[in-house]
Amino acid sequence: MQTLSFGEIAGLISAKYAPEAVAPFQGSLVVGGEHLLEVASYLRDTPQLDFDYLISVTAVDYRSHFEVVYHLTSLQHSHSLVLRVRCPQNKPLVPSLVSLWRGAELQEREIFDLMGVGFAGHPNLKRIFLWDGFKGHPLRKDYSSGT
Amino acid sequence: MEVGRERIYSAAELDAHEGALIEALRASSQQPVTDPDEWLQKELQRNVLVTSVDAVLNWSRRSSLWPVICFPACCAFEFIGASASRFDMSRFGMDILRGSPRQADLLITAGTLTWKMAPQVRRLYDQMAEPKWVIAMGACGITGGIFRDSYSVVPGYNRIVPVDVYVPGCPPRPETLLNGIEMLRQKINTRSIATEGE
Amino acid sequence: MALKTEPFVLNIGPLHPSTHGVFRLLATLDGEVVVDIEPIIGYLHRGIEKLAEGREYQKDIPLCDRLDYVAAMGHSMAYAMAVEKLLGISVPERAEYIRVIMVELQRIASHLLAVGSIANEMGTFFTPFMYMFREREKILDLFDMVCGQRLLYNYMRFGGVSHDLPEEFIPALKKFIDQMPGYIDEYDQLLAENEILLVRTKGIGVLPPELAVNCSVSGPTLRASGVARDIRRCDPYSIYDRFEFDIPTFTAGDCYDRYRQRIEEMRQSLRIIRQAVEQLPQGKVNSRVPIRVRPPQGDVFVHVEAPRGELGFYLVSDGSEKPYRFHVRAPSLINLTPLREMIIGWKLADAIVIFGSIDIIMGEIDR
Repeated sequence: MQTLSFGEIAGLISAKYAPEAVAPFQGSLVVGGEHLLEVASYLRDTPQLDFDYLISVTAVDYRSHFEVVYHLTSLQHSHSLVLRVRCPQNKPLVPSLVSLWRGAELQEREIFDLMGVGFAGHPNLKRIFLWDGFKGHPLRKDYSSGT
Repeated sequence: MEVGRERIYSAAELDAHEGALIEALRASSQQPVTDPDEWLQKELQRNVLVTSVDAVLNWSRRSSLWPVICFPACCAFEFIGASASRFDMSRFGMDILRGSPRQADLLITAGTLTWKMAPQVRRLYDQMAEPKWVIAMGACGITGGIFRDSYSVVPGYNRIVPVDVYVPGCPPRPETLLNGIEMLRQKINTRSIATEGE
Repeated sequence: MALKTEPFVLNIGPLHPSTHGVFRLLATLDGEVVVDIEPIIGYLHRGIEKLAEGREYQKDIPLCDRLDYVAAMGHSMAYAMAVEKLLGISVPERAEYIRVIMVELQRIASHLLAVGSIANEMGTFFTPFMYMFREREKILDLFDMVCGQRLLYNYMRFGGVSHDLPEEFIPALKKFIDQMPGYIDEYDQLLAENEILLVRTKGIGVLPPELAVNCSVSGPTLRASGVARDIRRCDPYSIYDRFEFDIPTFTAGDCYDRYRQRIEEMRQSLRIIRQAVEQLPQGKVNSRVPIRVRPPQGDVFVHVEAPRGELGFYLVSDGSEKPYRFHVRAPSLINLTPLREMIIGWKLADAIVIFGSIDIIMGEIDR
């Protein structure tokens, strides 16, 4: 067991990937959408990092763009990491991580339902909490229920 | 043996059907349902006397109220608490929680109702045999409570089913619920077969 | 000659006595064996995240109570911790101890309900349940003494708790922690070696550790599969690093182990409470925090060990008095991810037991 600090993890990543693919930001890593799967599988499969447990997936609507936030941890090394993926308001689509961590399955469906961010490659992407025919995505900042 | 995965309806069809049901109910339930007692025929009530039959019927009805299981949210645990050994709802002849609405005559709405759930509750109510009563338990059951502003919450069960007794609290204590049940028993006592079931 | 059978689709729920609230299972059966299952949720989706984003920070504490209504103390504590981290304020010693006592009592109450429900699902209709409720009422009485509510307490505040413990609380609590081990032994005598329980749970619904980790399962369900992940130990929050307690784990990961896991965790919680009562210092129970707080810009993620698993709060502040983003990492929801693998191949009656042994609360799943 060897717990790495954020600086060490960021150093390992930036040695491997170009800055436009992965860049450190406020104690987290901002990953370009097209590189997400590649970076995530590197994080999971490198023995030194071994991020085998996906704690949480969530999304934030920053009006200009959406940000999907992943919290990862390693059970063996007990270090953790935050990944952020940004996608523009007009094209809300990021790759799905279900193929790496099954734990993302229901959480990605939840984000799709409430925030309207699509996940490419998700096995069963449909509304989870709201019903078919519900208009809009309530957690978006421009949502109004019309009442 | 080969087992196919195909179903009679596809999952997407089931979802679409359910969504259409919810939207239709939502559109038709914007106003509260009135209490059924409001349209009792006052004239008839004064002219027909069936005192002894009424007394026996009302006694039997109020003494064996069987509640149907309808446990959407928080209030359910106070309802279970009320039926567990300490508060012992069995004292009022309510010891059997029915899993089937056809054997029940009391719907205690223990929890927040969402539009997705509303068609099921309406159906549950429709399946219960007459005579039947509804107790709206908790703030959510009465007005939607703390969740009233939400996009998915029905503001009170009385949009969906007629309510007889409202029990306030968030959640109501078991004592409050028992008091509500006692009020319902008194209400049943004032019924008369002369004025019902036309 | 083998009989040809047709798959049969059975809809269970959303209102069904064995689904713990408004949960719907679409099960495809071959005879009595489940060949496919699809959980359908959302029947209690109250939009708590959206509502919380429209209210001031302080007003979200009651909403957090209603997330998981059988473990309300832990949820509002986690939320208070997240806002405290955003604000950068500390909590007085006494308040930390009170919080730990409350949260561990709540864990016992919640596990009592879980164990009672598992037994209920196996057809011992309401008998063990009534035993569990006997002790649960005692815990609810303790909470009632402190904050006048039995279920949803609204007791946590930013920087402490709303008010100090009443005088009669500590003697009543001491009496309870002296009695409770005997009661837990009583349940164990009644249930642990019970033939019906063994037959219905041993080897049923096995969750292998690799699958559990990959599916982000947490809490007793994960530890029953042999993975010793407990946030109180691996990322200690509050004052959990001051207490001596074990993280019980089991190896088989079947329904029986998930039952045993909860029984053992109740014993450990009692150990923590006993130490906390002994060490309970005097002093203030809350620091001065204005009612309308305006945390600086930024985001924060706080996770705690709730009775059902790892509960996380992700808050984003834009500097105003309302949270810009309020997200709950709900353990019950994520624990449902491996449900298909656990249930497929078992009989329908086992499916109900497996589902019950995960111990879910719909309020937290649907939010």
